[in-house]
Amino acid sequence: MNLRAALAASTILVLCGAASGALAKDDLVIGVAQFPSSLNPNIDSEVVKAYVLDFAIRPITAFDKDWKNSCLLCTELPTLENGLAKLEDQPDGTKGMAVTLKLKPDLKWGDGVPVTTKDLMFTWKLGLDPASGFSNNHPWNRATKIDVVDDHTAVLHLSRVSVSYNQWDQLLPEHIEAPVVAKLASPAEYIKNTVFTRTPTTAGLWNGPYMITAYQSGAQVVFEPNPHWAGTKPGFKHIVIKTIENTSALQANLLSGDVDMVAGEGIGLTIDLALALRKQQPDKFTYEFKPSLTYEHIDVQVGNPILADVRVRKALLYAADRQTMVNRLFEGLQPVAATWVNPLDPNYTKDTAVYPFDAAKAKGLLAEAGWKPGADGICRNAKDERLSIELTTTAGNRLRELQEQVLQSQWKASCIEAVIRNEPARTLFGETLKKRVYTGLAMYGWSSGVGESPRRTLGSGDIPTAANNYGGSNYIAFKDATMDADIAKVESELDAAKQKADWAEMQKIYADQVPVLPLFFRAEPHIVPKWLKGYTPTGHGDFSPLWAENWKSG
Amino acid sequence: MTRFILRRLMQALIVLLVMSFVIYGLIGLMPGDPLDIMIASNPGATPEVVAHLRAIYGLDQPLMLRYWHWLISALMGDFGFSRIHSQPTLEVLGPALLQTCKLLLASFVVSVVLSFVLGIVAALRPGGIVDSFISLFAFAGISVPVFWLALMMILVFAVNLHWFPASGMANIGDGGFMDQARHLIMPVTTLALANTGGFIRYVRASMIETLRMDHVRTARAKGAGEGRVVLIHAFRNALIPVVTVIALNFGTLFSGALLTETMFAQPGMGKMIYDSILGNDFNLALTGLLFATVVTLLSNLLADLAYGWLDPRIAVR
Repeated sequence: MNLRAALAASTILVLCGAASGALAKDDLVIGVAQFPSSLNPNIDSEVVKAYVLDFAIRPITAFDKDWKNSCLLCTELPTLENGLAKLEDQPDGTKGMAVTLKLKPDLKWGDGVPVTTKDLMFTWKLGLDPASGFSNNHPWNRATKIDVVDDHTAVLHLSRVSVSYNQWDQLLPEHIEAPVVAKLASPAEYIKNTVFTRTPTTAGLWNGPYMITAYQSGAQVVFEPNPHWAGTKPGFKHIVIKTIENTSALQANLLSGDVDMVAGEGIGLTIDLALALRKQQPDKFTYEFKPSLTYEHIDVQVGNPILADVRVRKALLYAADRQTMVNRLFEGLQPVAATWVNPLDPNYTKDTAVYPFDAAKAKGLLAEAGWKPGADGICRNAKDERLSIELTTTAGNRLRELQEQVLQSQWKASCIEAVIRNEPARTLFGETLKKRVYTGLAMYGWSSGVGESPRRTLGSGDIPTAANNYGGSNYIAFKDATMDADIAKVESELDAAKQKADWAEMQKIYADQVPVLPLFFRAEPHIVPKWLKGYTPTGHGDFSPLWAENWKSG
Repeated sequence: MTRFILRRLMQALIVLLVMSFVIYGLIGLMPGDPLDIMIASNPGATPEVVAHLRAIYGLDQPLMLRYWHWLISALMGDFGFSRIHSQPTLEVLGPALLQTCKLLLASFVVSVVLSFVLGIVAALRPGGIVDSFISLFAFAGISVPVFWLALMMILVFAVNLHWFPASGMANIGDGGFMDQARHLIMPVTTLALANTGGFIRYVRASMIETLRMDHVRTARAKGAGEGRVVLIHAFRNALIPVVTVIALNFGTLFSGALLTETMFAQPGMGKMIYDSILGNDFNLALTGLLFATVVTLLSNLLADLAYGWLDPRIAVR
C-alpha cells in the first residue's frame, strides 16, 4: 500500500513538474555566432550589436514587419500630411524641413529617469561633433538646429529636404553620459569612456522593455525586464544571448537544449546548416527562412578589357543558371535578384531587363563580342586570347565557395573560364576591393536599409580613392551621370509617385549596364522553439527584438 | 641561484622587447587596417568619419611611431585600448586570463597525472597488452582533432545523455563553485585528452630508458621493492626530459586552447589573441602575445630550476 502511495505521489509530482515546465518558461536563451565589439549605439556598425541593443534601447522610429516606418519612442510619426513635418525656407534660399518629434510621455530609462528632449539635445550635440567617434553621424547632422518646445516635444530643423526626415535613431541618456563627456579632455576620448562600454549593466542606459544586467565580453549578455518600462509587460525573467562561434557547436547546443533558439539576421546558423537541421528535426523547432536586404552579387572589374564589353557581362548572366543554383543549394528559399532592390521594397520595379538562364543567348552575345569556342572548349578572340576571368570571394565562406564552383561549371559550359582565387575577408575588403585590384569578378554581399539610396555603392562620389581615404563603398567605380542625378533625387523627392519613377530609372540603368552580376537575396534562417509566441522576423535592419516585449512562452 | 634567476629575468626582458617589436611589425604588415571591415559594413562611414576614427585610434600615424607610443605607454603601465572590445586592454585581459587559468590548470593537472600513471604502467611491460592499450589511447589522443573530440563530447554528454551543459561558464543566477565545475568538466576533459597522448609517449620512452640503467639494476640488487625502484630510483630520473616537454607545452597551451575555448563558448586567452589578430587590434594582440611569451619564459625558468632539484648533479650557476 505504502509503495503504491509513494508511486502515485511521485507520478503526480513528475506530471506536475512536466506540466509546469510546459506551461511557461522564465528564461529564453538565444544562440548567436558573433559578439558585439561595443554596446554604444553610435560606435561601430555591426549586425550583432544592433540585434543585442534592440532588446534594451529603442530608436525613435523603426521599420516594422511590414516594412512601414513606425514610432517606437514617439507618439505620432511625423509626416507632411499630419503637419508634424513641414517644408521651410533656408537663409540661402533653398528648402529645408521642420520636423516635430513628440516623445511618449511615459518613457523612462531603466533607473526611472524620464526620457526627455534633454536626451535628444545631448545626442544631437554629440552626434554633430565628428571628433566624438560616431561611426555614422549622418542621422544627427541632418538637423542644423533643434527648438525644444517642452520636455517631450522638439522641432528639428533640417538643412535639406530629405525622404528620411522621419527616421531617427536611438537617444543617449543625458543624465548618464553628459557627466562623462564633461570630464573628457577632448571629444575624441568619448569613444573610450562611454558608460555603454565601460559599465553596460548601468540601468539608466536602457529604455527598452529589457535591460542588460550581466555582460561577459565574448561570451554572453543577460537581460532582465526594465522595471520602468510602460509598454506591454515582457514575457521572460531573463533573456540570454550566448555567443557560440562554431556553428556545429551552436547546432549541438540547440539540440541539447542549452540554447532555446538561434537568431536569424545573419548572426546564427548558415542556411545550409539550418536546412540540414530541418531535415533531421522537422518537428522540434519552428523554422522560418526570411528573405533579407542582404544582396549577394558579383562585382565586375570593368577595367579588365574582357569585362569592359557589356555583351560579355550580359553573357555571364545568361550563362549562369541562378534559379537552379538557388533551388539545389538552398531549396529555392533565396529569391534570385534582378537588381540590388529587394522585391519586398516599395521602390522595387519589375520593369527591368532580366537575364534568365539561356546558354544559346550567352554564346550568341559572346560571338557578337568576338569570342568563339576554342579547341579546349574555352572561347578565344581574334588575338587568340582565352576568355578567362578570375573569380574571387571570401576564403573559408563555405556557401560562397560552393556557389563559385557551381558558377564555374555553368560558365565553362558556355566557353567561359573562371579561375577561382579566394582571399581572407580582411584582405578582400581591406585591400582588394577598396583599391580595386581584383582583376575579374569579386563575390560578396551588400546590406542596405529600407528605402536607402544606393549612393555609397553606386554614387560616383563614393568611389574609394587615396584622396578620400578609401572611404566609399563603390568598389566597382561605377560612374553614371543619370544615376548620380537619380540618387540625389530619391534622397529628397517627397512625392511617392515621382520617387518610384526615379527608383525605377536607377534599377533600369543597373540592369542594362550590368556593372554587377546580381545573384540572390539572402534568406536568413530563424530557428525558434515551438513554444515561443509573438516572434516575427522583419527581414530588414530593424530586427525582431525591437518588439521583444511581445515574445511570450506558451 | 639568485644570480641565475636574475640573469634569466634580464634575458627575458630583452626577449620581450624584441618580441614586442617583431609582433607589432608583423601585425602591421597584414593587409588592411582595423577600420576596413567596419567601413565595409557601415553605410554611414563617410570619408570624414573614417579620417576621424583613424585619428582617434592613432591609425593615421606611421607604424613605427605607433609602436614607440605604445612602448612608452606600456612602460608606464598603460597597454592601450582594445578596439574590438572597446575597453582598456588590461580590462579585457583579466577575465580572459582567469578563464584560461581555470581551464588550463585543471586540464594540465589531469593530463600530467594521467600521463605519469599511464606512462609508467606502459613502461613496466613494454610490448605487453596493457602497453598496447595505453599506446593506442595515446595515439588516439594525439591523432583526434580537438574540435571533433569536443563536438563528440557535446553530442554524447550534452545532447544525448544530458549529463553536462554543452557550453558556457555558469547557469543564469547560479555561478557557484559546483555550477562552474560542471561547466568545466567537458572542456577540461577535451583539453586533457588532447595533451595526455603526447605526454604519455614521452613518459613511457623516458621510463623504459631509465629502467634499463645501472643504478636501477643496482637498486633492485640491493633488494629495494619494485614500487620504490620505479617511483624513487627510476621515475625521478626519467622526469628530466619530460619536464622540458611539459614546460614548453604549458606556454603553448596558454595561448593555444583556442579550439576548446571556441567549441565550449569559454572565451579565454587563446580566443582573445586569435580575435585580436584577425580584427587588427594591435594593442590587445600585442599584450596577449607578450603575456603568452612571459608564461613560456617563466615555465622554462621553472623547468631549469626543476632540473637542479631532480638531479643535484645539474648545478644552477
